Amino acid sequence: MRKMLLGKLGIFLLLKGLRMLTLLIAICFISFLLVKNSPIDPIQAYIGADMLKVGPEQREKIAEYWGLDQPVMVQFLNWGSALLAGDLGTSMIFRRPVAEIIGERFVNSLILMVTAWVLSGVIGFVMGVVSAMKKDSWIDRLIKWYCYTLASTPTFWLGLLMLIVFAVWLGWFPIGLGVPAGVLAADVTIADRIEHLILPAITLSIIGVANVALHTRQKLIDVLASDYVLFARARGERGFILFWRHGLRNVALPAITLQFAAFGELFGGAVLAEQIFSYPGLGQATVEAGLRGDVPLLLGLVIFSTFFVFAGNLIADLIYYVVDPRTRESRMI
Amino acid sequence: MIQNLHVRKKEENRFSLNRRQRKLVTSIVAAIVLLGVVVVGALLDEERIATNLIARNLAPSFDHLFGTDWLGRDMFARTIMGLSLSVKVGLIGAIGSTSIALILGMAAATMGRVADRLISWLIDLFLSVPHLVTLILIAFTLGGGFKGIVIGLVLTHWPSLARVIRAEVMQIRSAEYVQISKQLGKSKGWIAVHHILPHLTPQILIGFMLMFPHVILHESAVTFIGLGLSPHEPAIGIILSESMKYLSAGMWWLAFYPGLCLLMIVQTFDRIGENLRLLLDPSKSND
Repeated sequence: MRKMLLGKLGIFLLLKGLRMLTLLIAICFISFLLVKNSPIDPIQAYIGADMLKVGPEQREKIAEYWGLDQPVMVQFLNWGSALLAGDLGTSMIFRRPVAEIIGERFVNSLILMVTAWVLSGVIGFVMGVVSAMKKDSWIDRLIKWYCYTLASTPTFWLGLLMLIVFAVWLGWFPIGLGVPAGVLAADVTIADRIEHLILPAITLSIIGVANVALHTRQKLIDVLASDYVLFARARGERGFILFWRHGLRNVALPAITLQFAAFGELFGGAVLAEQIFSYPGLGQATVEAGLRGDVPLLLGLVIFSTFFVFAGNLIADLIYYVVDPRTRESRMI
Repeated sequence: MIQNLHVRKKEENRFSLNRRQRKLVTSIVAAIVLLGVVVVGALLDEERIATNLIARNLAPSFDHLFGTDWLGRDMFARTIMGLSLSVKVGLIGAIGSTSIALILGMAAATMGRVADRLISWLIDLFLSVPHLVTLILIAFTLGGGFKGIVIGLVLTHWPSLARVIRAEVMQIRSAEYVQISKQLGKSKGWIAVHHILPHLTPQILIGFMLMFPHVILHESAVTFIGLGLSPHEPAIGIILSESMKYLSAGMWWLAFYPGLCLLMIVQTFDRIGENLRLLLDPSKSND
């Protein structure tokens, strides 16, 4: 029985993987074509302020060095084969390998995103549960109002408000930058890092709460309307015990999968939050690459963010497939 | 009948409406507010946001409701013009996206298995890159500006609505009256226009209204980053990104009011969309 399950799981993973592979190849190709057709001249972007010092011959040399004088398909194949070998190219603005920059930035972003992800998940879940258990009371109305308002709040505006209140008025937190200015990278303490992490993480969590809370609320209301809860109530179970015995497991799974499936939105939120708080993460790098025409970095980030979203979706699918006992039982028949 | 029995009570509650009527009234009021913002924004001329160096950096007062910026421009006028622009961009983006969703959703459900596979693969393709990253990529490709942002918005917001429409068409397609119509020899196009499209109208309308807030928020986010509308346009994203430089000087009103207004506009759209859903969707009308 167990072996069969594992076999099915393998096929499931294989199919998922194949689908993701086709999507990934398509995304690489499309984004390469898009970037190639951009009016921003990569040589111009590379030269930047030294425009007057670089003559036409030197421009041609740079184009030849980068293979920019070859046809688009050849360029794509060159880029694609380098990509498969793990070489994402060299960033124009940082003058370092893209893979290295993404790795370094990802660690920063990961700390931020994990903090925000866990916080928003837990708080959102608790809010949803409280809201559903106390349906139609003032606290339910308050939570609902909060979630609907937050759902239409621009992330970057909330970040600005946090800056105004906590950094400018109260002076509790520094304004921007992932580490203090004028301090060597080696001297940055963990306390410094945490201090610079708090505001962006809180901003992201406040926004992220709404989705989970509303979803959990709806699910739990459905569960509470079921016959087995009615029976439990008839036996005298109430309040927390009732939720613990009959509600929790039913609503926790959808909430967790929802959180995993929301990786894309998390990434989008991180782009904005990092931009406002000048937090040196992937999001800020994406914006920089877009603004200053750093083609290799932009392509690398698009591919990386796709991987990130895939990972989230895959985990969400897996949880439904493996953890939920109901789907397993139905398969054993 | 019961109301007639309580004549006096009826007298007291002459203006009381039932839920449905209340929803309708709030929707109409909200729509009028939105229309007002657009019209006022279009009517305000550039003079209102002309540079006025005498009245620089003023905090909110009765003369300047939202204060003034470092060039002495009235922030209230700038905000209203920005909102008007947001609604316009949102309208174009939402109409374009809804059309794509409608065409692809219909095609997926009616044009056979290959088309269905292809379109659901396409939906997955657009959902597998974070929205904001796609927008940045497209804006970069088209060199930013109005064109870049609008095309980006149109291309990124259709997938979820396309899924809804596809599911809906699948359901209608297998309904008995459609089968009978087919037996009677009606063509596919005739069935699509006369049987399927009328059923889709409420779904499309609701999807369209609920897409609006997303489009507006994404537009202002991309503009805020600096890849959207040009800095000369009075867009909310531009106002907020400019305000960042002056926040540490304590000029909170530069960011606070424009953002709040954007929030209210977005929420108004959301409210209209939800109300429409309650009014048009029979399965929800008793909620």
